[in-house]
Amino acid sequence: MNLVIVDYKAGNVQSVQFALERLGVQATLSADAETIKAADKVIFPGVGQAASAMAQLKARNLDKLLPTLEQPFFGVCLGMQLLCQHSEEGDTDLLNIIPLPVKHFETDLKVPHMGWNQLEQLTSPLFEGLEEQDYVYYVHSYYVPVSEYTIAQTSYPAPFSAALQYKNFYAAQFHPEKSGPAGSQILKNFLAL
Amino acid sequence: MLTKRIIPCLDIKDGRTVKGVQFENIRDAGDPVELAKWYAEQGADELVFLDITATNEGRKTFAQLVRDIARHIDIPFTVGGGISSVADVEVLLQNGADKVSVNSSAIKNPQLVEELATHFGSQCVTVAIDTKYKEETGWKVYTRAGTIETEHQTVDWAKQVVELGAGELLLTSMNNDGTKAGFALDITSEVAQAVSVPVIASGGAGSMEHFADAFLKAHADAALAASLFHFRELAIPDLKNYLKAQGVAVRI
Repeated sequence: MNLVIVDYKAGNVQSVQFALERLGVQATLSADAETIKAADKVIFPGVGQAASAMAQLKARNLDKLLPTLEQPFFGVCLGMQLLCQHSEEGDTDLLNIIPLPVKHFETDLKVPHMGWNQLEQLTSPLFEGLEEQDYVYYVHSYYVPVSEYTIAQTSYPAPFSAALQYKNFYAAQFHPEKSGPAGSQILKNFLAL
Repeated sequence: MLTKRIIPCLDIKDGRTVKGVQFENIRDAGDPVELAKWYAEQGADELVFLDITATNEGRKTFAQLVRDIARHIDIPFTVGGGISSVADVEVLLQNGADKVSVNSSAIKNPQLVEELATHFGSQCVTVAIDTKYKEETGWKVYTRAGTIETEHQTVDWAKQVVELGAGELLLTSMNNDGTKAGFALDITSEVAQAVSVPVIASGGAGSMEHFADAFLKAHADAALAASLFHFRELAIPDLKNYLKAQGVAVRI
């Protein structure tokens, strides 16, 4: 399988690549349009701030390319948020692939939402082999509300989108590459889509 | 529900774990990767690696080690020790670290915290605070491995670094560290309630009850220990089962 991890200097690409390696899969790191277009599957990691990540994507013309992709695509953490319409973080316009907002947690609980929390209402082949209430690792201060595209939820304290699917675009707010066996299973499921 | 985190801390010198870790099941307990894998299997929620190497040569070894750890373990980990610039952090994150912790360098140059948060996001910036109580001063912040008293009151400093962009605090009480008499509940509670970011309690863990107290009485979000785990005085699965029975949300 020709698997490409989008490398735009705003991602924990190394951790994602290692996680795939542990599954016996070699992924190519690339920001090149032709390489990404030719991939069977694309993984889009991201950490850091929305505005600077968008600037990195624009600098590489990836903001034009990514919305046109048709193969199975997996956005992770900030990579999920970037697929949405607009983020409250830095009042940033995003890739606008999934028509959803990204909001800041307004709660008395600690922000960032950091640590292991539970998945609920799993409704996708992405979660084959997982059970309701399985734990995954989160670290984020912004979230996507629950919507018709939500395929898993987590509560902090209100439910938010743990994962999304819109056409060929899958996305997870948590870090499957850092979520132990449950996370590995999710990556494996994505590879099997 | 978001769970409280249990975090073993490993001291690294020249790429090897120190403190004479003893495990039957591990081929080479001096190998941080072997040990990290074992802890991940035991149910550790995160790991912290502190580089206590002082030489440049050792630093390169540490960056290589970070890469090896990231390659082999599937839970998050924080690295710290001797970090003083954006460039230092870039190397560690590129090699696969999830978070970095800064301590003395943040005291020397508080703007560093802001620079790191701007460059990499608050989510990967942990500020480590060594605190010590004396009757005449209250809880003051110490620097340089706890050898030098600073002018900062602990709660004020905690608020200041969070303001600058710290995404998490690692609070170590030097009065309690190594005593096995329990975490410093008063200052941990005060800091945890004064800031909006998660706080890791550190220093003094000696029993399962101490962890329950840190979470239930002092509002800590995570608790860290070193020798207690390394010397197998406390097994993580037992600890988590105990905490669950006490009503603490833990990942089992």
